[in-house]
Amino acid sequence: MKMRTLTAATMAVVMGVSPALADMVFPSLSYRTGPYAANGIPFADGYEDYFTLMNERDGGIGGVPIKVIECETGYNTEKGVECYESTKGEGALVYQPLSTGITYQLIPKSAADGIPLHTMGYGRTSAANGKVFNTVFNYPANYWNGASAVVNHLLDINDGDIKGKTLALVYHNSAYGKEPIRTLEELAKKHDFELTLLPVDHPGQEQKSQWLQIRREKPDYVTMWGWGVMNATAIQEAANIRYPMENFIGVWWSGSENDVKPVGEKANGYKALNFHGVGDDYPLYDDLKKYVYDAGKAAGAGDQKGTVLYNRGMYAAMLAVEAAKNAQEIHDTKEITPQQMRDGMEALVVTQATMKKLGMPNFGPTFKVSCENHGGPGLVTVNQWDAKAGEWNQITSYGESDMEVIGDLIAEDSSAFAKENKIKEACS
Amino acid sequence: MSADFWFGVEVFLNGLMAGVMYSLVALGFVLIFKASGIFNYAQGVMALFAAQTLVGLQTGLIPFSHLINAIFGTEFHHFGQAAPDWWIETYSRGLSLLLPESLSLSIAGFLGVYGPTILAIVFAALVMLFFAILVEKLVLKHLVNQEPIILFMATIGLAFFMEGFGELMWGSDVKTLNIGIEQGGNAWFEENTAFLGGEDFYGFYLDTLDIYATFIAVALVLALVLFSQYTKTGRALRAVADDHQAALSVGISLRTIWVIVWTIAGFVALVAGMMWGAKSGVQFSLSLIALKALPVLMLGGFTSIPGAIIGGLIIGVGEKMFEFLIGAPYLGGATENWFAYMLALLFLVFRPQGLFGEKIIERV
Repeated sequence: MKMRTLTAATMAVVMGVSPALADMVFPSLSYRTGPYAANGIPFADGYEDYFTLMNERDGGIGGVPIKVIECETGYNTEKGVECYESTKGEGALVYQPLSTGITYQLIPKSAADGIPLHTMGYGRTSAANGKVFNTVFNYPANYWNGASAVVNHLLDINDGDIKGKTLALVYHNSAYGKEPIRTLEELAKKHDFELTLLPVDHPGQEQKSQWLQIRREKPDYVTMWGWGVMNATAIQEAANIRYPMENFIGVWWSGSENDVKPVGEKANGYKALNFHGVGDDYPLYDDLKKYVYDAGKAAGAGDQKGTVLYNRGMYAAMLAVEAAKNAQEIHDTKEITPQQMRDGMEALVVTQATMKKLGMPNFGPTFKVSCENHGGPGLVTVNQWDAKAGEWNQITSYGESDMEVIGDLIAEDSSAFAKENKIKEACS
Repeated sequence: MSADFWFGVEVFLNGLMAGVMYSLVALGFVLIFKASGIFNYAQGVMALFAAQTLVGLQTGLIPFSHLINAIFGTEFHHFGQAAPDWWIETYSRGLSLLLPESLSLSIAGFLGVYGPTILAIVFAALVMLFFAILVEKLVLKHLVNQEPIILFMATIGLAFFMEGFGELMWGSDVKTLNIGIEQGGNAWFEENTAFLGGEDFYGFYLDTLDIYATFIAVALVLALVLFSQYTKTGRALRAVADDHQAALSVGISLRTIWVIVWTIAGFVALVAGMMWGAKSGVQFSLSLIALKALPVLMLGGFTSIPGAIIGGLIIGVGEKMFEFLIGAPYLGGATENWFAYMLALLFLVFRPQGLFGEKIIERV
């Protein structure tokens, strides 16, 4: 009798309860400590808060709960690789390495493990060629799009003619900082402007020589590929020599509140590129307030909302969630594998309708990912700092990059990589 | 003279100014090494911690607010203001009893503007004193008469601890430090030197903050030289540096001396943190300014206060002139970091103890 009861009870449990779905794992390779913590914290908070919102409001993605595993890299390449190795076994679906150095180390690992990388606005630019870099994605924009966007902006404000103008590139003397040089050199040839290169050694607290040279040579425009303390120092030095701020344009990693606020009023008018919206005037923030902030579930200290880098983290999470939804749809399964996630990323289409539906109207550019193009069309906007109001304003719409020049450079660099690593270019 | 010549002079002058800023950092190393034979790896982090404390107090931040809020679910961040109005008001009233009204009003006005900063500097200095006492009690006391390498390793540990402790206490966001000194090219210098180089030359660029830093560094060095050469405590410091046990045998309290020297190094770190923090904000990278002090120490000698200044000036001028004349035009720029070390190495070939270091003769 007892045995019969036990069997019946077991059957009831098995039949009455549907099997629990495994969590969808999104590791967050964050850096809340170390020299770049001030920039790492807002990104990590934005990334995590968006996933928390998905869990609290929508019950995860397609009903599958999301699990964020945070691993501290300190922006250190070795630690970043350790984080990858220690979390990949947890069922990680996609990695945002958040450092060009870590990205370069993870590219071969990602290819071997079949786990996709999303290097949004950083990393190896030629990874945009999906035929070579099968598991690496750098949509919606990369460094070369950024270099082109600077030149396009200069063309816009000079009625399409920058012949004879001078542009100085102040850059972090590292692989990251050197990324735009090749593109700018090509564009200098095309548009007949003069390019001056001014490297700054890490960490970039001492830039007197570079800015004395700028004061001497008086370039018409200055652009910057900087990071961390280098940004604020450069903007301060520009203010010190009374360089017109509206002629100074930084890449998106030189355009956060941390870069301009230490300079105060004198940073007014400084411009920076971006590939997503600024501020918190989006309906999504109402949901974040209701389900995340007011519920006491905000990541970190909960004091970063609306900042440029918080929005970037949130945007990265949004793109990951949309790709995961895609993957579920394509493969008709709730529980996706990293390889299926990759397929979802490769078939990602972001339209205005998508963003409106998500409560983020006009938050980012519209784009479509494909096997041939893992980088999207490279639509970039220009922001300008209003020191009095303490906010960034978007002053241009999302403009196209010069894909004619960039496309050739991507093809050249990715083929060299393919040849070196004996990769056969193909779409899976 | 051509404009190029005057640009060269401008680079030279800016090199001198940069050198002074390097010297400010190097001074802290020299003080501790001179008095205790310890190469203090934590000096850069001390500058960061001092600057974080200064900004925290100046802007009325609540220490450990992130930790408190995370544990208790509160939302505390600021006290409101660092220098209460009543403090400034009481001072003004007191002054008006002693001084003519116009003078007391202008002093009160000065306090109104600079009061919070002055008060914050005083409190930050007290925090550095407290820090020195703790370092002595918790670390150095247990390492008396140990090999220098052991003490050096202890300062490495201290640096890592302070990096985390400072961020836990004040947060890791970039903080703006306003000490009331204007930054940017000094208009007076620019206007009065513009005639030198013709149309292509528009006057010397000298940063006002750097000019102030120069005066402060000179005053600091003078005070330190006088203190170490002409006071009883200064002589005791030197005695401890020569030989711990001999100093103990003549009745010098090693523990007191260590507290004094770490306090002074803390004050120097505060000044360095203040000047560098005012330039580019108070953030983690401030601790890396120690890297700029190493070639200065190698060149000037680890035991000489004037050596830190002269070394700083040589490194500052040397690296800036090399960048101007050779680095930027022929080598693609960014030569300053490695050139500073090359220059220091060059000096070491001829004077291993540095320009002003003491020659060590050991008899076996």
